[in-house]
Amino acid sequence: MSVVPLIQKEDLVDIGHIDEVPRRGARCVTSGDLRIAIFRTQDDQFFALEDKCPHKAGPLSQGIVHDGCVTCPLHNWVISLKSGEAQGADEGATQTFNVQVRGNRLLLDTAELIS
Amino acid sequence: MQKQKLVIIGNGMAPGRMLEHLFERAPVTYEVTIFNAEPRVNYDRIMLSPVLSGEKAYEDIIIHGDGWYIDHGITLYKGHKVTEIDRENKTVTSDQGVTESFDKLVIATGSNPFIVPVPGHDLAGVLAYRDLDDVTAMMLAAQSREKAVVIGGGLLGLEAAAGLRERGMDVTVVHLMDTLMERQLDPSAGYLLQKELESRDIAVKTGANTKRIIGDKKVTGLELESGEVIDCSLVVMAVGIRPNVALAQDAELEVERGIVVDSAMRTSDTDILALGECAQVDGRVYGLVAPLYDMAQVAACTLTDDFSKPFKHQDTATKLKVTGIDLFSVGDFAEGDDRDEIVLRDANAGIYKRVILQDNKIIGTVLYGDTSDGAWFNDLKKKQTDISDMRESLIFGQAYQGGAAMDPMTAVAALPDDAEICGCNGICKSKIVGTITEKGLTTLDEVRAHTKASASCGTCTGLVEQLMALTLGEEFDADAGSSMCPCTDLGHGDVRRLIKAKELKSIPAVMQELEWKTSCGCAKCRPALNYYLVCDWPDVYADDYQSRFINERVHANIQKDGTYSVVPRMWGGVTSSKELRAIADVVDKFDIPTVKVTGGQRIDMLGIKKEDLPAVWADLGEAGFISGQAYAKGLRTVKTCVGTDWCRFGTQDSTGLGIKLEKFMWGSWTPAKLKMAVSGCPRNCAESTCKDIGIICVDSGFEIHFAGAAGLDIKGTEVLGMVPSENEALEHVVALAQMYREQGHYLERIYKWAKRVGLDEIRKQIMDDEERRQEYFDRFVFSQRYAQVDPWSERVSGKDKHEFKPMAALELEAAE
Repeated sequence: MSVVPLIQKEDLVDIGHIDEVPRRGARCVTSGDLRIAIFRTQDDQFFALEDKCPHKAGPLSQGIVHDGCVTCPLHNWVISLKSGEAQGADEGATQTFNVQVRGNRLLLDTAELIS
Repeated sequence: MQKQKLVIIGNGMAPGRMLEHLFERAPVTYEVTIFNAEPRVNYDRIMLSPVLSGEKAYEDIIIHGDGWYIDHGITLYKGHKVTEIDRENKTVTSDQGVTESFDKLVIATGSNPFIVPVPGHDLAGVLAYRDLDDVTAMMLAAQSREKAVVIGGGLLGLEAAAGLRERGMDVTVVHLMDTLMERQLDPSAGYLLQKELESRDIAVKTGANTKRIIGDKKVTGLELESGEVIDCSLVVMAVGIRPNVALAQDAELEVERGIVVDSAMRTSDTDILALGECAQVDGRVYGLVAPLYDMAQVAACTLTDDFSKPFKHQDTATKLKVTGIDLFSVGDFAEGDDRDEIVLRDANAGIYKRVILQDNKIIGTVLYGDTSDGAWFNDLKKKQTDISDMRESLIFGQAYQGGAAMDPMTAVAALPDDAEICGCNGICKSKIVGTITEKGLTTLDEVRAHTKASASCGTCTGLVEQLMALTLGEEFDADAGSSMCPCTDLGHGDVRRLIKAKELKSIPAVMQELEWKTSCGCAKCRPALNYYLVCDWPDVYADDYQSRFINERVHANIQKDGTYSVVPRMWGGVTSSKELRAIADVVDKFDIPTVKVTGGQRIDMLGIKKEDLPAVWADLGEAGFISGQAYAKGLRTVKTCVGTDWCRFGTQDSTGLGIKLEKFMWGSWTPAKLKMAVSGCPRNCAESTCKDIGIICVDSGFEIHFAGAAGLDIKGTEVLGMVPSENEALEHVVALAQMYREQGHYLERIYKWAKRVGLDEIRKQIMDDEERRQEYFDRFVFSQRYAQVDPWSERVSGKDKHEFKPMAALELEAAE
């Protein structure tokens, strides 16, 4: 685990190598009390969501990742990785963050963290 | 505009439906208050039989949850029985002293069960069958697995009998008339029904009049007029209902058999309406739901001053809600000189169909065994269609009209728009099709929610699904109910079979070969596929951790706050001072907030942070602990009593056998969790008789039990058989577990699997077929070579490190 100092001026911060996140899985990045889950889909797309289900704050990073969604481990809400919105009949949304891939590195947009 | 006050006495299905219509028509006209003598919300009474038989739970049959009452601003007094209606001052008062005034009052007090006033009718153990309390009482009584007598061979009585039998009681039905359900069935269909019930071990005595119920305080038996005595500890009376008119009578409203109302549901006082089973319209009182729902619609109209649709009597079709018995009856089926009938019998298939004609029109229909044409016959009857042209083929059903046989879809397509599909709710074909199109519905649940079709007794579900398929075309997933998940049309059984047959050895291979509709499955199918592959190819399949639920991925149980709980194995529930000290040290070191003794005879440490898990396991591992797999769809615990080691009643070394079993079987994955127990004598202190697999030791050997349940469902075990030695006990238990591992559907507990494949089949394969048993045993042993790896020590030595640490911690620094 790396500790990355965060300077206000800097928006995109390197958080690690892409292979640190398993396919169809997630890893977390912490910033103070905030936990951000970095998801990797089967086809190597990356998404970042607050690690908190809109339903009862379940840790989404621990859920099963499938087809652009993650199923929360606590009560099986299905959350879109792209929009953060609950699917199906459930209503609610989790905050999304911008994560980018440059080469083999993952960059997280920290602008929203600082504000 | 000031709201008018509407007070409703009773909270059953009829007033519930009336309110739905009322809120649709006039959402703001009334301020509604309901008094309910039962301490609960509105639930589907038609579904009490499936609750009794164990196919549904109370939660499944709630029509209006507490939220609905809040949303509509309804004041609901639960457990308040209204004791007085004061017509002069327009108030009602409950037994708990609450008085509410009204502008309009609706009486929906329903009916009371008729209790035959024979001697002994007031003994403990005599029940009626009307509400959830009766069902709960019956379920409790059924736990004794003793004998029950049901008085009354009508719809309710037979459903009660089938439910009690399903719960393991020895049941006799006593019926006064010569034919079961004589009001709905002719003698031939009644005979078929009686035979079917008898084949399910329900004894039926027709033409039998009850003389008295025997017992001192509690029921011990029942004596018939013939002098015959039937031993029993439970008597259920289901002989009919009487409209509950006492309140109306006291208020001096006009009352005959029921509360007399006009075709707009108004009583003799026009500000007071009555509906449901307590109301009498045009000389008739009703007990089936369809006319009661019609009344609800009419009453809602009356409350909004719309008198355009008066209540009209219609014959209601009857169906029996006993799983596996198909029976349909409507109209008049007595014989007569002016009547004609067409009968079809197929003894082999157990089918009987009879259509009664008068002037070439259908006036009645009785179907047994194959009821698929019920709606069609009923439609012809309602419309008074002249059937002369199709007389020859009429009895074969709609599919055979017009030459070649139609497939069921064509038959549904051919139904006219106003054909009734859902009898309970009076929903016709065009209403369902229209709502599907208009609201863009795609699932059965949505159609139920929006149209109410198939939302009551559910027997028309097949028809509704066909209509959905017809309307939606390819968009409709016909097998959604039986398929594993929306990613495939295949059911669990098909998938398991094809994995073996096509030798599919990875999740991508399964998805490719079996044409999965999604690119990478979902949270339902992936864990199931992973289990099937682990079970079927233990030596070559690489367990896919990303397809496991988090608990099985990190080998601990996730809690509501995202922390975990950890349960080490304590073989057979036996521990030592060294183990307890190690646990105490871990608790102190990691500041673990809660330590709890589990129901499975071990110790649970709760509230551990994910990051701490590997360190906790390392310390526990040093003391010799391995994972208790308290999170696994796999072997959990083997509970034991102290047996011959200490107990003065112990007949065998139950503790020793329990430990042997646990050491032999730990680490194995199973379709759902597997909990076992070994009791040293029939006093059964280890509670073996409610476990997935249990053993009761006796002097002469070991009685093996299985298929018990003590969770959502409560069910005593079935006996697999008796073996003389400890080794044989272990061999049989292991073979049984392997059979379940190979055949169970993912998340299907052993009792549900056993119900599906049949107890006799399991006994045959495990007890009687030595070769088969040996093969199961060998496959289990082979699989264990790959399964018995302690997941905790693996992770302590570095496996899946990424699971337990964040990948980065960002620290905010003030800018210079």
